[in-house]
Formats: sequence, structure tokens, C-alpha cells
Amino acid sequence: MEKTHYKQEINITETLMSRINELISHYPDDKIKSALLPVLHEVQDAHDNWLSIELQDKVAEILKLKPIEVYEVVTFYTMYNQRPIGKYMFEFCQTSPCCLNGVEDLMDYTCNKLGVQVGEPTSDGLFEVRGVECLGACGYAPMMQLGDFYKEHLNKEKVDQLIADCKDNKIVLHDK
Amino acid sequence: MKVTIDGHSIEVEPGTTILQAARMIGGEVVPPAMCYYSKLKGSGGKCRCCLVEVAKGSEADPRPMPKLMASCVTGCMDGMEVNSKSSPRVQEARKSVTEFLLINHPLDCPVCDQAGECDLQNLSFEHGKSETRFIEEKRTFEPEDIGPNIQLHMNRCILCYRCVMVADQLTDNRVHGVMDRGDHSNISTCISKAIDNEFSGNMIDVCPVGALTDKTFRFKSRVWFNKPYNAHRDCDKCCGKTTVWMFGDEIQRVTGRKDEYHEVEEFICNGCRFDHKEINDWVIEGPRKFEKDSVINQNNYTRKLDKVEIATEKNILMGRDIDRKKISMPAIALTEEDIINQQSLSDNE
Amino acid sequence: MSQKILLDKINVPGIKTYEVYRKEGGYASVEKAIKKMTPDEVVEEVKTSGLRGRGGAGFPAGMKWSFIDKKSGKPRHLVCNADESEPGTFKDRYLMEFIPHLLIEGMITSSYALGANLSYIYIRGEYMWIYKILERAIAEAKAAGFLGKNILGSGYDLDLYVQIGGGAYICGEETALIESLEGKRGNPRIKPPFPAVSGLWSNPTVVNNVETIAAVPWIVNNSGADYAKIGIGRSTGTKLISASGHIKNQGVYEIELGLSVYEFMNSDEYCGGMSSDRPLKAFVPGGSSVPVLPAHLIYKTAAGEERLMSYESLSDGGFATGSMLGSGGFIVYNDTSCIVRNTWNFSRFYHHESCGQCSPCREGTGWMEKVLHRIENGHGREEDIDLLLSIQSKIEGNTICPLGDAAAWPVAAAIRHFREEFEYHIRFPEKIKNRDHFVAEPFEKVKHLVSKVTV
Repeated sequence: MEKTHYKQEINITETLMSRINELISHYPDDKIKSALLPVLHEVQDAHDNWLSIELQDKVAEILKLKPIEVYEVVTFYTMYNQRPIGKYMFEFCQTSPCCLNGVEDLMDYTCNKLGVQVGEPTSDGLFEVRGVECLGACGYAPMMQLGDFYKEHLNKEKVDQLIADCKDNKIVLHDK
Repeated sequence: MKVTIDGHSIEVEPGTTILQAARMIGGEVVPPAMCYYSKLKGSGGKCRCCLVEVAKGSEADPRPMPKLMASCVTGCMDGMEVNSKSSPRVQEARKSVTEFLLINHPLDCPVCDQAGECDLQNLSFEHGKSETRFIEEKRTFEPEDIGPNIQLHMNRCILCYRCVMVADQLTDNRVHGVMDRGDHSNISTCISKAIDNEFSGNMIDVCPVGALTDKTFRFKSRVWFNKPYNAHRDCDKCCGKTTVWMFGDEIQRVTGRKDEYHEVEEFICNGCRFDHKEINDWVIEGPRKFEKDSVINQNNYTRKLDKVEIATEKNILMGRDIDRKKISMPAIALTEEDIINQQSLSDNE
Repeated sequence: MSQKILLDKINVPGIKTYEVYRKEGGYASVEKAIKKMTPDEVVEEVKTSGLRGRGGAGFPAGMKWSFIDKKSGKPRHLVCNADESEPGTFKDRYLMEFIPHLLIEGMITSSYALGANLSYIYIRGEYMWIYKILERAIAEAKAAGFLGKNILGSGYDLDLYVQIGGGAYICGEETALIESLEGKRGNPRIKPPFPAVSGLWSNPTVVNNVETIAAVPWIVNNSGADYAKIGIGRSTGTKLISASGHIKNQGVYEIELGLSVYEFMNSDEYCGGMSSDRPLKAFVPGGSSVPVLPAHLIYKTAAGEERLMSYESLSDGGFATGSMLGSGGFIVYNDTSCIVRNTWNFSRFYHHESCGQCSPCREGTGWMEKVLHRIENGHGREEDIDLLLSIQSKIEGNTICPLGDAAAWPVAAAIRHFREEFEYHIRFPEKIKNRDHFVAEPFEKVKHLVSKVTV
């Protein structure tokens, strides 16, 4: 498929590389392909939460894979982003139990507040709203995933607060 | 081991699948197969066209299997009894799978180079319906250029994975694969790269539909206007044994030699396939046999061809009187009746 | 209070840490198993316990263990399925987040029983913070000598790692999970061969749900026979139920199997009744894949017997009037909810999560979603209802893995029990324009309209 080509600066730091090597060590020497999913997560987290083709090629090189093996995996799973995304991605769960608890209204509210449609980043690149399928938090609905964490029992006030906290740089996205 | 399919019994070696046993018996008991390819390791099980009913598991455990089984990946057991075409349940399942494979298929056979040798056409002929129940918008994909030799039409693909296995098993650097998932899964290089290696052309031969076709043959002819001949040449890359598809004295296309299940006998190299289209390149062995019931056979060597006469209504090409008078023949005066007719026509619009 | 096996220590402050967990008697099952029992004896206890797989299928765990190929001499693996993604289910996450060492302990004891020296916990990608919790717990257990080489001086070695997924429901299917653990797309494998013979890297492998493995320490510490005394009939032991929807107390509860559905729904110890004065309309007892039941079949079976929270009672009546315990995802609907909308929601889920490998599921799930979307948005046709039934029947049983069945069953059940609601959507499109159409005007109030219209 013809895709817009986005550029990305690649920086595999020493810290990142040592984490990658640690992940690789979890598998037998001839099975390091198994480390692909966790390595992609680590690399993505260190690169503004998305994976360009060049970055995927880099992962292929590190894990001694054919690039196509990485592309196949990246496109299969939902958590790997193939284009630049909003820094704070509000991923609302929109499966049945969350709907019973009003997530649809809350998503509309959030989109209105940020002045965006679902799936498009705000013009400053700070926010993006997405609807995703069941996140396994049905009893704590409505909820969203933000970075590595869940924000649960949401309502309009809590969404307002979250947006404010994001703007004030008070939100931790990754647990490192 | 003895296995019985639709009442026909046969002795098979351990490790034989039901589909292989059925092919040994031959004829109507053979289930259709869109994804299985005997020469590709790990193929099969995906399209679900070859589902059969196992009425008796084995002599040791005679219980029937509750679900229909994919015959291409289910091993025979001693004493196994299988219902293929004879089972209404199997027939129903094949109809279902056919319908599923067709709902999003573009049905563009009139402009598809695969038409006439397409497994999906054959499957539909046997198990399809003439109507569709699918009124939704069809799924489509952006076109992708995968190089000068192979044309990829993703909209026609049924995701058999055969071309991916060809690249995996015949070449050492696969550059295409299956991207995305669910009903948006697609065959792609992901980066619009040319698929370029000595054996990539075999992707065309293994493709059961018109998703991968020969770009050098594109729109040149319909397959049934070509006459296939077995031919060979000395080739240092492959066996050099091919089928050349001729139109008069011209070789329009070169393919592997396909058997009755549309599987090539041996894979051939791209040199033979794309770069040798002169008669002098080949030693022509003689006409290639093909199935009795096939589109290609409509143009066989022996059948006497009748002169075609298209019976049309007299003067149909002249169009309707009122239009002729109005548009192209102003000299012919319109009658009052003509004018009334015209008005009622425009009222209807 | 009924007996708690998994969550009895959940409220002990600091139970997340190794020190507290150990002080509370944690890792006793590892000591007992490794020092006093042979692996086969552990397997026998689990067999005796009648413990059934808690991921959804309910296959006896001990029996699954006994299938593992020990003759081939290949390395064996235990893989814990923590890819919890069945809509309505969030119990494994609760267990891993609040008492992670219980799972680690279960993994060690179970790996010992299977003779596995390299085991993995495959956790869904979205549970990233729990992944970190488990990694820390494993490091603590290793530091304490319960993992690594020569555990407790027994000569038994075990390496245990957590593997994180990338976001795909299908990886909860055991062979798709194995593919994913090998670093590939989560396409389920064609069975046979079963993982017990050829699983991870073609080695004999057992895949068990988090809750199943977490029950093993109690069984080893006490006995399989003691475990089998809890519960009812072939539904032995306790089960975690994830309760959500229109109930007062949403959350995770550990129940003894055999508790009545009525008590679970209404007792303050559990769901505490409906969340508002709106009446109960329907419920899904075991996650989105299992058939939905209408109000009159919830507390009593069709035969008039009391409906119990057990594998057998919930499936009493087959699919005609029963459902399944599944993964224990208990979703409750009051009369403001729309069954058509909910069915479309579930169908969208399966459409989104189909791996795309086999034709009936790849094409059929998308087709069902599109038809349901039309009906819910006022563009349905009378023939669409039978069309849906036909599509679902063509998917069911014809696919490589159970996702096809899981996508088909909710549609069939919704039409079976709520056909009039579909007809209402088709015949009165102007009345269902807003997504909250049953809030002001529940279906019971407009039901009479449907019967008046003849088609």
C-alpha cells in the first residue's frame, strides 16, 4: 500500500541497547526473534511512541531478521504506531461494558473540548483521541489508556483535569 | 492404512492427508483447494474450501469428528471414513466458503487476466450462486507496484499465503508478506519495493486467483485464445521445462507446467518465464493436455469450430426511430406522435 | 462469607511485595512440591482437584498437563496466558496487579510438575504497568532463590520471564499466543499437533490461564481432594468473576462455584443488585463470546431450576435457553440498553480482532458487523435478520480457531432471545435515531408496536 513517508530521527541509546540485550537474553540463543514484540515496545517508547520504516529496519538489523518480518508484526498488532501520533494519546475503550457506562458521550466531550475528530492529532501535536477495543477494565468504566497506564472511572471533570495535567507536563507516560 | 472417501476405499501410507488420499482416488471425491499446495511446506488449512465430514475417526476410535475437518491438513487414520461430495453438510460448507470468498471479490473477470484459469471461478461454478446477498460496500486496497514483471491486484486476493511461502521457500530474501490483519490483511512489501529475485515469478503460478498476474502478458490476450505447448530449454537456473502459451507463432506467455490441480510440476526461473519469448529460445515438445471441463478447452485443437453468427434484431444498430430523427437526421420530419413520445419520455426522467 | 482461595490475602497491606507475601505463607507450595513431591504427584493432585481451565473453555487442567509429551526428550515449557482481552473480563489483571507473587509461585510449582525449565508469562501489551509489576516480582523471587539454577538445592532449574504482547485479542488463543511469543503475527495454528506435543519452538508446551495457575499453590499446600470438596459437581473450587455493567458494585469477586446467580447479583457481598431502579433486561455470564440471556432465563433455567454460577448450570438448556460460564465476565444490562447496539458492538470487536487467516472468519465477521451497523442506524431490511442468522451459522464450526464461534454465538443468541428488538429497529428507524433510544422509551413500552406491523 502506498504510504505517506514520515521521517524520524533514530537514536538507539546505550540504555536502550542494554535493555534490548536484556530482553534478548530471555530467549534461547537461536530464538531471539521471540524478543521482537517487547523490543518494538521499548524502541517505540524511546522514539516518540511511533515506528518509522527506518526504525523498523533498525530493529530487524538488531534482531537479525528480514525487514519484512518486522513489518508483518508491526502491522498486525494495534499498539505499534506507524505514523507520528499525538504526544498524549487518549485511548478510550469503546467495547460494550464501557458503553453501558457512557464512554461514547465522554469521547464526544473530549473531542469537542480538544477540537478534533477521533484519530487526528491536535494541531500542536499534543493530543489525540482514539477509540480502542476492550482494555480489560470493564468494572472501572468508562476508562482510557494513556501511555503505560489506565485512567479509570472517568467523567468530564476528570478528563478536564487530565488535559490540564498533560498541558502542565504532569503526566508520566512510561514506567521505566 | 485403509481410508474410505465417499464409499471409495484406498490404501495409503501413514502421514497421508485426506486430501492427498482423495486425489489418489480422483474424480468427484476430490475436495476443492484454494490455499493448499503440495509443493509448499506448511500450506493449507486456511481457505476452508476443502472441509470434509469424518464420519468415522478410525478403526481404533470410530467416533465421528464433531466438526468438519480441513482435508488438506487432516491426516488419514486406519479405517477412517470420510464424506466429501456425498455429504450435504460438506456441500453447504463449501457453498458458504465460496460466498465468503466472493463477497469482497471485485468480480472483474471480464478484465482479469486470470479468467479462464482461475480457481475461484471454478469454485464458484461448482458451489456459487448467481445472486449476491452482500449489499455493503466492498473492501478495496490501494494499488501497489511490485516491479516490472508481476502485477499485484490486492482486491482479488483470497489470502492463501502461497506466494509468501514461495518467497520463503524458494528464495533467501523474502521482501513481501501479509500486512495488517482481519479483513484488511493484504499482500504487500510494505514499502512499495520491487519483488526482484530469480524465482519470484512462481508467485504468479501459485496464485489461485488474479491477484498476481504476469505483467509481460497483461491484457495481451485471453488465456483461452492461447494454445499451450510443452517446451524446454537448457537453463542453468531451473529445470527449463515450461509451458509456452502461443497465439499464432507468437509466444505470449511462459508458465510452469501445471497438473490437473493447477499445481506446477516444477518451479521455473524468471529468465525462462519473462525473458525468453522467441520461438528459437525453445524446443517445442507438443501440445499440452488440459482438463476436459475447462474454459481453455473450448479452444482445443481438435474441436471443429463453428462459424460465429450474432443474431441481432434487424436494424438494432440504427437505434430508435425518434432518436435517429432527432439527432442525426434532421431532414426527416418529426411526426406529431414522435413529439408526444418524446415528451412522455422526458416526463419519466 | 464463602471460602477464598485466591483472594484471601488480597487485603493484607504490602502483599504485593515478596517480604509480606512470604511472611503470609507464600511460596510454601514450591517448598512442598520440590522437597516432598515428585512432579507426577503434583500433576495427580491437580487432576484430583478437578480444577478446570479458567480462561474460558473449562478443560480439566490436570488432564491437559498429563498430555504433555515427556518421552520426546525435548525441552518443555509452561506458558501462562495473561492475554486477558475477552470483553467483560478483568479478573487476571486484578490478581496480577494486587497479588503478583501468587502467580509467580503458581508458575514455579506448575513448571516443576511439568518438568519445564523455561517458562513464560505472556501478558497483553496494554497491561504494561502490570508487566513491570511482574518483572519486579520475578526479580524478587529470583533473589530469594525460588527461581534460577538449583532451586532450594533440589537440582531443579527454572527460568521464568514475562513476555509482553502488542495488542491483539486473538493472542488469547493458545496457539496464536505461542506464535506471538515466537515473535510472529498472532495467527492461530492448525491443530493437531496440539501444543502439548509441539508448541513453543516446536517443543511440548502447556498453556494455562493466570487464574488456573494461581489455584495450583492452594491445591499443593492442601490437597486436590480438599479443592474438589469446594464447589458443586464437576465445577470444583472457586472462580473469579468480573462483574460489570448496570450493577451497584462492579468489580472482581471470588465465588465458590455453585453460588446462585440470584445471590451473586443481589447480595451486598457481591454485585449488590442493579445500579439504579431500572429493571434487569439481560446478562452475559461469561464474557462477550457466550450467549446473552434474557431476564426470564437468568435466575431460573428453562426447566424451572435455580440457575447457579457453575459450568453445568449456566449451560443448562444448551444454546436454546442456556449460556456458558466462559471466562466469568459477568455483564449486566438494564432496560435502557439496546440489544441490537450491543450486538453490533460485540460484532465490531470480533471484526476488529479477527486475524484474517481463514476465510469464514475474515469475511464473515466484517459482513455481520456491517449488517448490524445498518440495522442499528436505521437502514435495516426485514431480510437482514435471517441473513445474520445465516452468516453466523456459516462461520460457526468452519474456522481454524474458536474466534469464529465466539463471533457467531452472540449474534445468534441476541436474535434468538430479542428478535422483536431487531424488528423494531428495522420497522421504526426514526425511533432509534439516537444511540440512547431506549433510555427515555425502553423497549417494553414500545414492544406492542412491533406486533402490530405485519410484513
